[in-house]
Amino acid sequence: MKLLETRGLSRYFGGLKAVDKVDMVIEEGAIVGLIGPNGAGKTTLFNTITGLYAPTEGDVIFRETESLVGLRPSQVTSRGLARTFQNIRLFAEMTALENVMVGAHCRTRAGVIGAVFRTRAQREEERALVRRARELLDFVGLGRHADTWAKNLPYGDQRRLEIARALATDPALLLLDEPAAGMNPQETAALMDLIRRIRDSGRTVLLIEHHMKLVMGICEKVVVLDHGVKIAEGPPAEIQRNPKVIGAYLGQEASA
Amino acid sequence: MAAIVRRALDTPAVRPWALGLWFGLLSLPLMITSDPGYQDPYGYHGAHRALYVFATVVVVAYLWQVDQAIWPRLSPAGRKRVGIAALVLTVLTVLALRDVFGQALHGTLAGVGGEGLVYLLAGVFLVYALRGLTPDTTADGGAGPGVWQRHRRWLAPVGLVVLLVAPIFMNRYTADVAVQVGIYITLALGLNIVVGLAGLLDLGYVAFYAVGAYTYGLLSQGLGIPFWYALPLGGVLAAIFGVLLGIPVLRLRGDYLAIVTLGFGEIIRIVLNNWDEVTNGPNGILGIPKPKLPFEFVIPGVPEWLDPAGELVIGGVLRTPHGLYYVILAIVLFTVFVVNRLNNSRIGRAWIALREDEVAAEAMGIDTTKTKLLAFGLGATWAGFAGTFFAAKQSFISPESFTFFESVIILSMVVLGGMGSIPGVMLGAAALVVLPEITREFALYRTLIFGLAMVAMMVLRPQGFVGSARRAVELRGGDEPPAVKDEAATDQSLYEAQRR
Repeated sequence: MKLLETRGLSRYFGGLKAVDKVDMVIEEGAIVGLIGPNGAGKTTLFNTITGLYAPTEGDVIFRETESLVGLRPSQVTSRGLARTFQNIRLFAEMTALENVMVGAHCRTRAGVIGAVFRTRAQREEERALVRRARELLDFVGLGRHADTWAKNLPYGDQRRLEIARALATDPALLLLDEPAAGMNPQETAALMDLIRRIRDSGRTVLLIEHHMKLVMGICEKVVVLDHGVKIAEGPPAEIQRNPKVIGAYLGQEASA
Repeated sequence: MAAIVRRALDTPAVRPWALGLWFGLLSLPLMITSDPGYQDPYGYHGAHRALYVFATVVVVAYLWQVDQAIWPRLSPAGRKRVGIAALVLTVLTVLALRDVFGQALHGTLAGVGGEGLVYLLAGVFLVYALRGLTPDTTADGGAGPGVWQRHRRWLAPVGLVVLLVAPIFMNRYTADVAVQVGIYITLALGLNIVVGLAGLLDLGYVAFYAVGAYTYGLLSQGLGIPFWYALPLGGVLAAIFGVLLGIPVLRLRGDYLAIVTLGFGEIIRIVLNNWDEVTNGPNGILGIPKPKLPFEFVIPGVPEWLDPAGELVIGGVLRTPHGLYYVILAIVLFTVFVVNRLNNSRIGRAWIALREDEVAAEAMGIDTTKTKLLAFGLGATWAGFAGTFFAAKQSFISPESFTFFESVIILSMVVLGGMGSIPGVMLGAAALVVLPEITREFALYRTLIFGLAMVAMMVLRPQGFVGSARRAVELRGGDEPPAVKDEAATDQSLYEAQRR
């Protein structure tokens, strides 16, 4: 099944075509890489898919039928898309556990009445939520740091916490924006393993990454953007040999 | 040149003198031109009194340096011992001032430095007691369990009994101050939801206070609605106004939000001032009935120390500050209960997430519109309650009670106490009501002392009384991620803190 499809998706900032008529298909259960030189429009594409920006043109289709265009980011998330951010955006002065619990916001119901009267439903929901959040922290390997403030975690752990928080929204599609940025080789290897485990738990992953070893190692398909335009798409081995891609990364002369 | 000055200021031996000079010069105009002790309080009174300011600041700054040199080296057990000693000293000082040990001691104490000074001393003891007995956050920065959390089972009932019995030891004046404290605790806890938790800087909070007050004022005058029905009504109406204010400012952040809310607060006041037919304009509303209980017991023959009239009246119309004390106590307990539960719930977490990073909160599926409106509504509710009670207590309300300055004071309580922390905000409210009262005998200087205390507090302990480092990004400015070492810095010396 096509989990997500963009049809002629464009986002312009004045005269700048940050994303220009991108057609992209993400099959359910895949790990797809989105690469391209700096300023190619990768993050803008993420922001347009997740509702942070309204597209100038085009459509985003989720599960082959539903259009995501016009939905607010929170609504997109509740449909089953979750993301992390390139520049880490954790809730700095909340504990790791609380960060993950916030992620489950749209999957929980308790309101003012429940909070004030601590109704049975609210207490059970809260208990289940804490259990689930701890599981997720264990899953990404942060179980020991549940009560540490997010801002006090080391950089690599912050990235993993962002992934746990996104997973708490129970997404069908997880969008990772440069998850390996600033990680050392060991951490990157662990991250690759983590992304595989996420996929094996039944989720689809779309990731932006500059770390080629990671992209080529785990992605089944790679989409290449340059100046907002999709210039290539295919299995990693093919992309590595694609002259257009080499040209985009190394300059035109190299491919000529 | 600048480098030399900077080096000099960083030298522990120079700094107190420089500070003294600075504050002395700052207060010079006030010191020269006014002296409440003179027949004619305004005019030239000589510059010598600026020297007192200079000397006081130098002494305080030196003491502060000693504190900073010793405190960080104390072991946790040592700090606890200091805390307990300070607590005992606080209680003893207050009791002495209340004549418990006889007039003679009180006279001596008052003779040494005036009653206000002794109260200040008690305040200093109290600060040390709190510092010693409330543990800082745990080593890895996680929220520590805290004294309250660990001893809640016996602290809560004991505290309740103390609060219930306390009025016996109060005269009319102190009971009235206690009632004021209660009103401001309610207000500050409400504003804390908006500013401390949701991170929305609201400078017009007093508007909801006014809504509550005028709800009861007008309903009691027009329809004769009793206080107990007006109380929930005032809360609900204030909540509605809170949501109404929330709608247009949903998209605003930081400075812009502050300006619009400020405007909203002023609009309400100006409407109240000019809509003569309904609100009676600047003349206000007179003769608002006090709360009345449906029962009345008279216990005759009580000892004189309990009640000078020899009989204890329970119930009926609550005319005395003592009666009103119990009403506001109930309101405060209710507020604390609800706000605490909201704080530790899915909604509370959504508010904090919103404050920490609105974009991320939205991306995590939090409906920011709904969450913000909830914060504005549930924050305003408490101002509505406090306003209704205020109208009943004063029997008279006019727009003059609901000025911008009032909003600033309430905001100061939240900031001073520690944004987001319930005990902190309560402490902040109590401090900002009690401090001006105990410095009353300093007359004109009390605003000066008040201001100095605020400046000192914000420089030395920016996260407020209670060490919850959960501060809003709002007052730190911008969307910058919070500095990582925020918390640790407070225990460093003043100089290092400055250098960061």
